[in-house]
Amino acid sequence: MSSAGKIRPGYTRSLDLKNGCVEMAHGSGGRAMAQLIDQLFLAAFDNEFLRKMNDQACFQSFNGRMVMSTDSHVVTPLFFPGGNIGSLSVHGTINDIAMSGAKPCYLAASFILEEGFPLADLKRIVDSMAQAAQAAQVPIVTGDTKVVEKGSGDGVFITTTGIGTVPDGINISGENARPGDKILVSGTLGDHGIAILSLRENLSFHTSIQSDTAALHDLVACMIAVAPNIHVLRDPTRGGIATTLNEIALQSSVGMMLYENKLPIREPVSAACEFLGLDPLYIANEGKLVAICAPADAGKLLRAMQVHPLGENAALIGEVIEDTHCFVQMQTRFGGKRVVDWLSGEQLPRIC
Amino acid sequence: MKYIDEFRDGDLAQKIAANIASEADPRRNYHLMEFCGGHTHAISRYGIVDLLPDNVHMIHGPGCPVCVLPVGRVENAIQLARIPGLILCSYGDMLRIPTANGMSLLRAKAQSADVRMVYSSADAVKIAQENPQHQVVFFAIGFETTTPPTAVAIKQAQALGLNNFTVFCNHVLTPSAISHILQSPEVRQLGLVPLDGFIGPAHVSTVIGSQPYEYFAEEFQKPVVIAGFEPLDVMQAILMLIRQINEGRAEVENEFTRAVLPTGNIKAQLLVAEVFELRRTFEWRGLGLVPYSALKIKSDYADFDAEQRFQIPVVSIADNKACECGAILRGVKQPQDCKIFGTACTPENPIGSCMVSSEGACAAYYSYGRFREKPHATMKEN
Repeated sequence: MSSAGKIRPGYTRSLDLKNGCVEMAHGSGGRAMAQLIDQLFLAAFDNEFLRKMNDQACFQSFNGRMVMSTDSHVVTPLFFPGGNIGSLSVHGTINDIAMSGAKPCYLAASFILEEGFPLADLKRIVDSMAQAAQAAQVPIVTGDTKVVEKGSGDGVFITTTGIGTVPDGINISGENARPGDKILVSGTLGDHGIAILSLRENLSFHTSIQSDTAALHDLVACMIAVAPNIHVLRDPTRGGIATTLNEIALQSSVGMMLYENKLPIREPVSAACEFLGLDPLYIANEGKLVAICAPADAGKLLRAMQVHPLGENAALIGEVIEDTHCFVQMQTRFGGKRVVDWLSGEQLPRIC
Repeated sequence: MKYIDEFRDGDLAQKIAANIASEADPRRNYHLMEFCGGHTHAISRYGIVDLLPDNVHMIHGPGCPVCVLPVGRVENAIQLARIPGLILCSYGDMLRIPTANGMSLLRAKAQSADVRMVYSSADAVKIAQENPQHQVVFFAIGFETTTPPTAVAIKQAQALGLNNFTVFCNHVLTPSAISHILQSPEVRQLGLVPLDGFIGPAHVSTVIGSQPYEYFAEEFQKPVVIAGFEPLDVMQAILMLIRQINEGRAEVENEFTRAVLPTGNIKAQLLVAEVFELRRTFEWRGLGLVPYSALKIKSDYADFDAEQRFQIPVVSIADNKACECGAILRGVKQPQDCKIFGTACTPENPIGSCMVSSEGACAAYYSYGRFREKPHATMKEN
């Protein structure tokens, strides 16, 4: 069973991707693992780096600055409206890289599988990762698989790591917000978190909301093309936009003032938050970004975002102000002001 | 969003604010207590204080169910949760309340106790159905609003013949707490807490109606305006209270007519009366022992009473000495008057219960209002 120096193991039978499930042997380094890699991961992610079957990917180094980022994904449930843990894990790391203004180049993916997990579900997840990576044109060039005993995991955990290159002259960082800067967001807030919450055990409610999971590097490239001097970019994932803005305020030693009536929030998201006692500002997004730029750049940046498919609901939502306390505040629609604080603990529902 | 946006309209708020400003007598102060944590939350979240003249002061009352539960009862719940094989269910905020030694239900959970957050008492019944080999205790708390659902859960468990479901009942009553505040020496004799009127509870009143407030409007000569939890409801109620005070009236008025009837929800009241009876006395955090202020499960339903099944001891634990939750819950102090507010006591590491629930005065001030370096209303003005 060898050809051109490559040894293809003689599997006794093909991987049962319909009815089979993950076994401890799939992580043992033996023939079963080789088969899983060959028939599932390699088949889906297929590219020149993986085909070499090495424990690492080897590629030419780049000139200039590079960024690297890693992100672990443990979402429950694994499948949700608008995506699954596979697409999410590709988008998550691409976005972390893109928020520096970088062009993402390669991804690595590491899987922790729980014994007994259906291979059919794993295939759906892997296929969705492959599609996401292909659509984003960022190949998954190396990876790893481990299997833990039943009860020691939650189906599948996926860690993705990526590298990218930063174009010359781009300096985007959380410490760059300056008083007077404008704060923009690329679209509606809270979609991902509400889509996930709607499926949680003992919370199931019907909603038309889909997760917004998406790779944002193309949107970022379009934004940089019109406004290379963007000061800050960040994707407001866990903790929502409130947490993201508080992080930036602290990094830049500034305050922020948001305008509640400018926040783009879909009505079903507002409604779900209303009856669950949650605040959409703290709900996770997976395909949105916050941009902070000089006032002179705000108009053209907003227009560039709005003509991109992932930014059509982009809005200018506030501005950076001087504040030694680094508070994020909000002018309420009602006419008052309030602090938009860090999320404390998990966002738990209120009682009455 | 329909039926929501109408009650959060900024233009209408400005009009009511203008009426309040023109009708409030500049020669006097108005001290209005909102009993409910829901109102405290709305006032902070929408920045209502920004729309009020300087002589209208909001005093935050004890109507946060998480805040008034004495630490001893939380300790009881933690002990229950530690019984091997027992599943303890409760509402979200309850899980974070710290006890004297820094333990909480969430920490007990991290140490392997089976503690589950539920959104409704029915979820706890479902958990009991699904786990017949485990004892399931619903840690029930709250005012009149959450009491009927607990009664329903007990009736459901009875109908299903569940022998593994019990309720650790901590339901308390609003009118007795308001009377207790009005009868306290701080209000009656010492004048430490000037109180000119009450914003009456929203959801509680949908159950008990507006009639139960007639007694203290009459007896203590304090106007009461029952108000919804939306910010315009609160603004309108403030205007109605100012009008009553200016005219020397002390009546019960209902701003929340879209949900509150004078007699309340009779069906819910009957259900509660069937399952629960008054306790002779119950400890409230901040208020101490308040006679006839809480409910216990009737002997007919003793099979579903965790206090009967598990021999839960009465534990009384004093608050941390530095914590002013007690005085804050009585309206004697404001959160900023507490030395540990925002320093040792924060939402991440709450020392007092008022910092735990978003309906607690301290958490509301901390999370929404601490950019105000000078407190808008302090007790020292009078």
